[in-house]
Amino acid sequence: MSKEMSTADAISMKKKSQFGDFVRRFKKNKGGIVGLLIIVMFLICALFPAQLVGEDYYSQDLSNRYCHPNAEHIFGTDELGRDVLTRMVWGARTSLEISLSAVAVSCILGTIVGCIAGFYGGVTDNILMRIMDVLMAIPSTLLGISIVAAFGSSIYVLIFAMGISSIAGFSRICRSSVITIRDQEYIEAARATGASDFRIITKYVLPNALAPIIVQISMSIAASILSISGLSFIGLGVPAPTPEWGSMLSNGRQVIRDHAYIVIFPGVAIMLAVFAFNLLGDGLRDALDPRLKS
Amino acid sequence: MANNILEIKDLTIHYVTDQETVKAVNGISLQIAEGESLGLVGETGAGKTTTALGIMRLVPDPPGRVIGGEIIYKGEDLMKKSEHEMRSIRGHQISMIFQDPMTALNPVETVGYQIAEVIRLHQNLSKRDAELKAMEMMELVGIEGARAGEYPHQFSGGMKQRIVIAMALACDPSLLLADEPTTALDVTIQEQVLDLIDNLKKQFNTSMLLITHDLGIVAEVCDKVAIMYAGEIVEYGTLEHIYNNTSHPYTQGLFGSIPNFNSKTHRLKPIKGLMPDPANLPDGCVFADRCPHAKDECRSGKLVTKEIEPGHLVRCRLFE
Amino acid sequence: MLKFIGRRILMLIPVMLGVVLVVFSMMYFSPGNAEDYILGDMATAEDKEAFRVENGLDKPFWIQYFNYVRKALKGDLGISYNTKKPVTEEILTRFPTTFKLAFFSVVVSSILGLTTGIISAVKQYSLWDNICRFIAMIGVSMPTFWLGLMLMLLFSVKLGWLPAAGFKTWKHWIMPALTLGLHSASSIMRMTRSNMLEAIRQDYIRTARAKGQKESVVIWRHALKNAAIPIVTVVGMQFGRMLGGSSITEMVFAIPGLGKLLIDSINLKNAPQVQGGVLFLALTMSVANLIVDILYAFIDPRIRSQYVKVKKAKAAPAAAAKEA
Repeated sequence: MSKEMSTADAISMKKKSQFGDFVRRFKKNKGGIVGLLIIVMFLICALFPAQLVGEDYYSQDLSNRYCHPNAEHIFGTDELGRDVLTRMVWGARTSLEISLSAVAVSCILGTIVGCIAGFYGGVTDNILMRIMDVLMAIPSTLLGISIVAAFGSSIYVLIFAMGISSIAGFSRICRSSVITIRDQEYIEAARATGASDFRIITKYVLPNALAPIIVQISMSIAASILSISGLSFIGLGVPAPTPEWGSMLSNGRQVIRDHAYIVIFPGVAIMLAVFAFNLLGDGLRDALDPRLKS
Repeated sequence: MANNILEIKDLTIHYVTDQETVKAVNGISLQIAEGESLGLVGETGAGKTTTALGIMRLVPDPPGRVIGGEIIYKGEDLMKKSEHEMRSIRGHQISMIFQDPMTALNPVETVGYQIAEVIRLHQNLSKRDAELKAMEMMELVGIEGARAGEYPHQFSGGMKQRIVIAMALACDPSLLLADEPTTALDVTIQEQVLDLIDNLKKQFNTSMLLITHDLGIVAEVCDKVAIMYAGEIVEYGTLEHIYNNTSHPYTQGLFGSIPNFNSKTHRLKPIKGLMPDPANLPDGCVFADRCPHAKDECRSGKLVTKEIEPGHLVRCRLFE
Repeated sequence: MLKFIGRRILMLIPVMLGVVLVVFSMMYFSPGNAEDYILGDMATAEDKEAFRVENGLDKPFWIQYFNYVRKALKGDLGISYNTKKPVTEEILTRFPTTFKLAFFSVVVSSILGLTTGIISAVKQYSLWDNICRFIAMIGVSMPTFWLGLMLMLLFSVKLGWLPAAGFKTWKHWIMPALTLGLHSASSIMRMTRSNMLEAIRQDYIRTARAKGQKESVVIWRHALKNAAIPIVTVVGMQFGRMLGGSSITEMVFAIPGLGKLLIDSINLKNAPQVQGGVLFLALTMSVANLIVDILYAFIDPRIRSQYVKVKKAKAAPAAAAKEA
């Protein structure tokens, strides 16, 4: 028993030092830190919009339409006289809510599919991967558009549409790392001790395949934010009056000649959020495994 | 000593990064006479490959930096040559065989092209003639010339090393730098490759710097030996000097860690400990921490290299 | 080689059947009936029923699916609800525009991405490298439609140099090609840079230098030829991505291509048109990827020799695996 304890201690020590290594490497990555700071900023906006800019993102003030940026409305007002800044802060909540849930869905499903396909190989692998090929074969924008068009636009449909289109990416990445791990000796060793497949996968395979998955999470969030804003832009995204960056932009499109600011500010917000998650993803990749390449 | 083809004086090469300075080569000096073979022996990380790359002026910069010293080849200092002049020397006057034949060849070019490339660079031959010469070179190292159109992955490790050798000798270099040419190969193939190098060397009257960690190979091929440790040459002399009058404790340690079938020792005597971190070398003798004879005086001051008999140099406090 | 190509084409078939199934079932289960759109509000219940029988819409899901596949194989993708023309015809009239746009963009973005990527890799961590990497990072982060609008704002509204919409002259193509291509250029640049960095570190580069080869040849021949293999894949994938993802760009610049047709059809609930268009784009994307795979096999002697030469075939896969 005492021997077991000491091995367990040794393992936890190893983990700690690995994590320490990771933190040290990540801290050196300026891009990753900048990305993280921007993400924290957006997270604060998403979590406490009411405290930051107040509850009122919906009431119209038609006498104050198209107010160009001024002291009262820093980013101006839109076609219904609503404050652009307020709507942008609330928009952060919409964007992050949908993209984080979508990525959670696709990450869980994709990882399960990838693990099963990679671990068992053979026919199982073939069937699962052909299904993933089908999802990959449909251009992701079009897949999203068709799903939303078929099932109507609501937040849940959006999450589903975004999630479906990034499952294939997760499953492929997970599968390829599982395949390299599957034949390692420590898996043989675990099998020799009589561990079940489920235990082997969750306890030994998955933790070692985690690095590329974590990177993919960050990258997928970035891609989801882009897709959501794209869908909203063509009128298939979040239904009004929920503030969303893409639809704010879309509304401003008709008046771009005279009121460019309505288009510029939400666009900058989208770009900054996507930029931050991409930077974080790059930083994580460098820090988690210097050998990993895009 | 006048007909030295290569004379290195006080060569120092460091790898400088933001975090640390790795002192790979620290003031080494050596000579190679015409037609002679010098064995450069040491553990992994002793600075042997860096020395060879230094001679070729191919130390990757950054982070590598030649801090000082002279490399006199046929009476001219290579350190003062322009990059353009160096290019006409590399592969022509001085050529190099690399350690790992698996990675030394470009996977997407045919081997014939890769051998012909060096020929076309240095000899005024047409493309066709260069290709013919490349095929001749392949025959010379024992590979069918007809296979010139194949790619490296179609050859075994030993054959790839033969191709690398063919490439290195294609332009009759005066000096060959062989960086552990057999380490990556099977033992049976090692012997063949060594014989090949030795024969070709005699045929072309080429001088050679043979880098290895295997004293057996040195005894077979070399005339002189330099023992390198942590970027310094700790003992230098002819084969007889080193094998019959082994003086430096490190060299003695190296011999102690080779199995000997003649004597009845049952246990090898490995050298205790590890080589010091080249980014953080100790004061005084670099070997002191592992030396069975180390005294307090070994751990401070600068060591001098002492000639204990004509042509036999030792860098150790015991002999000062 | 033919065997390789044949096998890849065979693998396309189940994937395409799957694509049809996904798109078909999505349209099948979506609310709204075809007859309502086609016949309008005035039609009687009998008319609608007759229409359903005539078009096989009364049959069970699987029968309808197989009928659709059977007809699609003959090139018949149904009749567009709103124009009453064959869907295939509609697609083929719009597709050249989309293809032209994607092709133009992929050329522009490859040139931009490759050159900046190579220079960045050769001068790693230089000012140039940092600037290029920063721009590329912005490039992959910018929403296409926003970039389009910003370009429009600058070049059409403020400067008045380029026309804001349409596709008549070459001037019309500049902004759409840039809009669609910047994301790809950035991806290609990042990929080129990392692959070149990887290639430059390899031993065979040192071997080439040790031969006395000029640095320019070392980089452009020895390193690039090795790095090119994964880069070709990215360029091909980007081309596929552009074909399938051009809808938003086409919308922003009012270009009557296939992407815009699809979005319009979705808004009009024109199910046959949507199904046909998505299927067609998925097929072209897959064909683009197939061509890339074949090209890949041609550039990489390690893969090529597995298929071309039978001699020595036994040693090749192991060696390729070791070196990969």
